[in-house]
Amino acid sequence: MKLSRRTKAIAAAAGAASIALIAAGCSPAADSGEGDGGKIELTVATFNDFGYTDELLQEYMDANPNITVVQNKAATSNDARANYFQKLGKTGLADVEAIEVDWLPEVMQYSDLLAEVPSGTADRWLDWKVQAATDADDRLIGYGTDIGPEGVCYRSDLFAAAGLPTDRESVATLLEGDWAKYFEVGAQYSAATGKAWFDSAGGTYQGMVNQVEAAYEDPDSGEIIATENPDVEDIYNQVLDASAAQSAHLGQWSDDWFAGLSNGAYATMLCPGWMLGVISGNAEGVTTWDVANVFPAGGGNWGGSYLTVPANGEHVEEAQKLADWLTAPEQQIKAFVNAGTFPSQNEAFTDPALTDYTNEYFNNAPVGQIFTDRANAVTVAPFKGEFYFQVNDAMQKALTRVEDGTQDKQASWDQWVSEVEAIG
Amino acid sequence: MTATETDAATGTRTNGTAAPPPRHEPRGIRRLAFSQRLSRWDLKLSPYLYISPFFILFIVTGLFPIAYTAVISFMDWDLVRGTGTFIGFDQYVYVLTQPKFWIALRNTFSIFLLSSVPQLLLAIFIAAMLDQNIRAKTFWRMGVLVPYVMAPVAVALIFSNMFGDKYGLVNTILQDIGLSPVMWHSDAFASHIAIATMVNFRWTGYNTLILLAAMQAIPRDYYEAAAIDGASKLRQFFAITVPSLRPTLIFVIITSTIGGLQIFDEPRMYDQYGTGGADSQWLTITLYLYDIGWGQWNFGRAAALAWILFLIILAIGVVNLLVTRRLVRDEGSTR
Repeated sequence: MKLSRRTKAIAAAAGAASIALIAAGCSPAADSGEGDGGKIELTVATFNDFGYTDELLQEYMDANPNITVVQNKAATSNDARANYFQKLGKTGLADVEAIEVDWLPEVMQYSDLLAEVPSGTADRWLDWKVQAATDADDRLIGYGTDIGPEGVCYRSDLFAAAGLPTDRESVATLLEGDWAKYFEVGAQYSAATGKAWFDSAGGTYQGMVNQVEAAYEDPDSGEIIATENPDVEDIYNQVLDASAAQSAHLGQWSDDWFAGLSNGAYATMLCPGWMLGVISGNAEGVTTWDVANVFPAGGGNWGGSYLTVPANGEHVEEAQKLADWLTAPEQQIKAFVNAGTFPSQNEAFTDPALTDYTNEYFNNAPVGQIFTDRANAVTVAPFKGEFYFQVNDAMQKALTRVEDGTQDKQASWDQWVSEVEAIG
Repeated sequence: MTATETDAATGTRTNGTAAPPPRHEPRGIRRLAFSQRLSRWDLKLSPYLYISPFFILFIVTGLFPIAYTAVISFMDWDLVRGTGTFIGFDQYVYVLTQPKFWIALRNTFSIFLLSSVPQLLLAIFIAAMLDQNIRAKTFWRMGVLVPYVMAPVAVALIFSNMFGDKYGLVNTILQDIGLSPVMWHSDAFASHIAIATMVNFRWTGYNTLILLAAMQAIPRDYYEAAAIDGASKLRQFFAITVPSLRPTLIFVIITSTIGGLQIFDEPRMYDQYGTGGADSQWLTITLYLYDIGWGQWNFGRAAALAWILFLIILAIGVVNLLVTRRLVRDEGSTR
């Protein structure tokens, strides 16, 4: 899923930049090292912005005087990924390394090189968050940080023009149901206005396929089953049938897509929590973007991260304690306030700092509460194995080929099948 | 010096004048021989010593990785665990049987031709113009080099934006003058033109300056003689300027071939994914290599592709060399 790797880079950068700037602006240079006699230095490697400010890390150092924590930030998730795999199993990784769900399937192949999360902590996180980072030997290797529960973002002015309800409660009721319902309203919208309902087949497909438990690979054998999976073919057909009339055909993260955010090229978009920052950052002049507490066919998750502890580090035990502390609900709430990283911890969902959180750009939508509900609606932890990326990447390209008119639906599917067969 | 001292010590003072020569000679020669040998070494070895840092560095950072790549290309390599199993030529077979590889090869050559040919023609034309007596020469000459100074990624970002399918500048202009928009990101040929445009934008000025320098080295007498004989400007250009440019043109063609076959930045930055398009419309060899290596972490396969690319460049290099030799020999005979 190339697209979301990039996604997070842009998302977190845009979404959190403002908050991060403020946070950085008022942080009183917190590195007050008092001589390191017998001190242990722990390094934490993150990317984009995890919301771990100097003050937050200082709190840990104050509570543990024998420990110094140093954070290294990579600019993008891609940089972090390259670094991670070049050094994993060798030397040079930080004591605590952040990873992103997009490359989690790759990390899971090397789960034996990572320290296990001590038992008893697993019930801190949402079930599906834990499940995704648990390997075949039942070892949990990732400390969940944030998640990307999905809602639906929409343009209220475009809804009004099509005679659809505009306030977020009515929109949620309007779209309540399965994907067929979403596309049915879309057909209604497109017929009324002649304009596009959603941004791209690719982005919509991603939301749909993330609800399938084992889309591309057999969880037990690891075999690629994508081409014979009727669910995948159904989704492919359903989204492409709708896209002819309802899609703006703007591939996510393309220049045209960004332009479409502000010029009203599409009326709705599937919207993980971190997407809000992308929208408000790239469509500043638009006042009518809003977000509804609904997602077709239940819940969906897109993106999120974990902390891992390489097993061959020098201070594995101390590193585990630090990772445990950083991903505790109290700290994650602070990180959320700092950088907008939506918590994956059960307890955090009842914290007023989260539930009372509103977003001014989205007409003061109670986004904290909305995405908490969206997170609780997620029921499926899709299995993503070794070849998830390659298969999904080929699928995204297949969808794009149909959208830009290079091939018809059947020819593109056939090419995808032959490409998938060459994988491995 | 030491010889006389020894003489004094042994006390052969009276015979001193007669005796020393035979004793003196071998000893003196031995001493001299060492310094002579040193200076001979100096003469023979120093040049190698002085250039050795480059070659030592090359062996460590160039030759070793190349050889190691060859080893890995015969393996199913796991980067993280640093282990691999020997599988012979399987990786090569896999790469060569991938339709994507042949598409990438086609695209690479297509983009190479679309960029090199117009670029050279344009460079010759601009150089010929700059070779004339024009005002503010230095300004114009520096001006053509400005695009070269820009970072390729920056150029690619700007052009990619201009070549947007829906809201790009180029298509907006096309529609304004009543033409239909070009699908820059779905039509293979259009995408090659767009990428070639970026390459041309960057390299035309550079080649212009090199050609201009060559043009200025042509003796003015030729032109004067031709003018007296009544040759037109155009005739002068084709009969004098172009033939004299041949050695320089060969250099320019070779460098642009090497650059063209390794084109990476521009196609990588051409869309948001950087994987060469949904239907591999602008997938080049290096882009494919990068995706296999750093996208799929399949270093064995990437190494095999790297070697295939190396062999392709080698083959083209040999062809270049043969052609060059022929032309240079011709050059010698005409002069």
